[in-house]
Amino acid sequence: MSYRKDMIWLGCFFALLMLAPAALPNNYFLTILILGCLHSLNAVGLCLLVGHAGQISLGHAGFYGLAAYSSAWLSATAGWPVEASMLAGVALTVAVSFLIGMPSLKLKGHYLAMATLGFGIILSILFTETVDITGGPSGFVGIPRLSFFGHEVKKDLGLYRIVAGVLCLAVWLAFNLLHSRIGRALRALHTSEKAAQAMGVDIARYKLFVFVLSAAFSAVAGVLYAHYLTFIAPSSFGFMFSVELIVMVVLGGMVSVPGAIVGAFFVTVLPEFLRAFENVEVVLFGAILILCMMFLPDGMAGGWNRLWARVRRAWAARRATGAAHG
Amino acid sequence: MGSAVLATSGVSVRFGGVHALADVDFEAEQGAITAIIGPNGAGKTTLLNVISGMVTPSGGSIRFDGRDITAAPAHERARGGMVRTFQNLEIFSNMTVLENVAMGCHGRLSVPAWHSMLRTPRSRRIEADIRREAMEALEFVGMAEYALATAKDLAFGRQRALELARALAARPRLLLLDEPAAGLNIAETQALAAMIVRIRDTYGLSVILVEHDMELVMGISDAIMVLCFGQTISRGTPAQVQKDPKVVAAYLGGDEE
Repeated sequence: MSYRKDMIWLGCFFALLMLAPAALPNNYFLTILILGCLHSLNAVGLCLLVGHAGQISLGHAGFYGLAAYSSAWLSATAGWPVEASMLAGVALTVAVSFLIGMPSLKLKGHYLAMATLGFGIILSILFTETVDITGGPSGFVGIPRLSFFGHEVKKDLGLYRIVAGVLCLAVWLAFNLLHSRIGRALRALHTSEKAAQAMGVDIARYKLFVFVLSAAFSAVAGVLYAHYLTFIAPSSFGFMFSVELIVMVVLGGMVSVPGAIVGAFFVTVLPEFLRAFENVEVVLFGAILILCMMFLPDGMAGGWNRLWARVRRAWAARRATGAAHG
Repeated sequence: MGSAVLATSGVSVRFGGVHALADVDFEAEQGAITAIIGPNGAGKTTLLNVISGMVTPSGGSIRFDGRDITAAPAHERARGGMVRTFQNLEIFSNMTVLENVAMGCHGRLSVPAWHSMLRTPRSRRIEADIRREAMEALEFVGMAEYALATAKDLAFGRQRALELARALAARPRLLLLDEPAAGLNIAETQALAAMIVRIRDTYGLSVILVEHDMELVMGISDAIMVLCFGQTISRGTPAQVQKDPKVVAAYLGGDEE
């Protein structure tokens, strides 16, 4: 897709996000929209890392949680202003991702997946066990709500607009990157590390760059999450959430940023609709994912592209027969 | 020979107990087409891998333009003006032809990452330059019309030409070609020979060529080195090498006396 088409998509998406609350019957749906945006932010970062650069991370829930918990602790326990806590939380997460990525990305193969898997599990244990700091399994309560220069964002609608704006900004950055020499280099090293090196790409550096960038996206999502809900618990940042994030990207079609966002919203919204089925909810969720992978092997973005191509062909055929008759 | 663009001295490579290369001295002169030939398993591609930094030698040194590059990683050598192609094509199959060639400009036309992320005017200028120079390289190999095709959809011969265009886009001073004629038919091979000479004459670069096709090698090479079981057995002009009894023995399996 051309940069222009991507920008048109982004404009439409932004308009949709801004208009969506007006169509919602109550605040509960706004909560789901906010969570959908935060999950999308995670998924966009992972789309760059997994889909484009081909590096698998099974620990992004850890980055999400690390940023959330550190910002929560700094603001609630240490008494920092919310803005400073959020910045510090993101900075700390970026630094940690750098330390995790540096050794594991110098190696070939799936060392990053293994390192991040371990990292995610260790963090998840830390969130649960360090009860004095994190509140343990029952969660961290009393996190101050998002505020700017002393003005607390009281209404969920205002907070939603901020989150949606941040998401669109992240998508813009991602599109810029993908349509630049860096995006090409990431796709190149995914296909052939040898050839990418031969073209002068420092592959270890590029992998580290995109890994840290994706961790930063997750970190921003994490701090927003903490100061939106004002309560966080370890169960939100476990290994299963890391897997869910990968599922979002895969469902979206790996390389498509819009796809990753649709995947994120799908995975966020679907369980809400399946609530009515109670006991079989998980089974249905799994079945739907399996069906998606069977019928949309290249994800929702791929399915959409094929559908669109078919509609255009049908349209062209109709115009051709119309012209012949007329 | 003071004008050697590339020189290896005493290069050795071991794979387990096998001496893939044993104490190889090799020189490529500035502006010349230098061929490395030899029977299968002689270590030709290994030597090319050592030169381009894909294989670390267990001994010896490599000098490029008078600088010792023995310890330099592959991407630094590429940025320093040494670009290679691959025997088993290593094109970026899911990218377009133009994007493939644009990768050739990657090291040369560079801009800090934040410029790319914010799409600053400087980033846009660089992207426009990359696009223009990639198109020029594609035109040079006669593939401009395929610019927007997906690379994996090209016919094999065109994929080879694509690799060449990608290498040219890097404006190398030294071009390393690993069996560029492999899988090409006679007509395509003749076109390739003309292309290599034209590249050398147009860009004034030096070429190191690993190749099995003797007609191609003898036709365009200024100098030839013959490897056999990881050792240099002969070097000289095509005429000298062809007459060397050691070379004849290596290829035809005669007695070495």
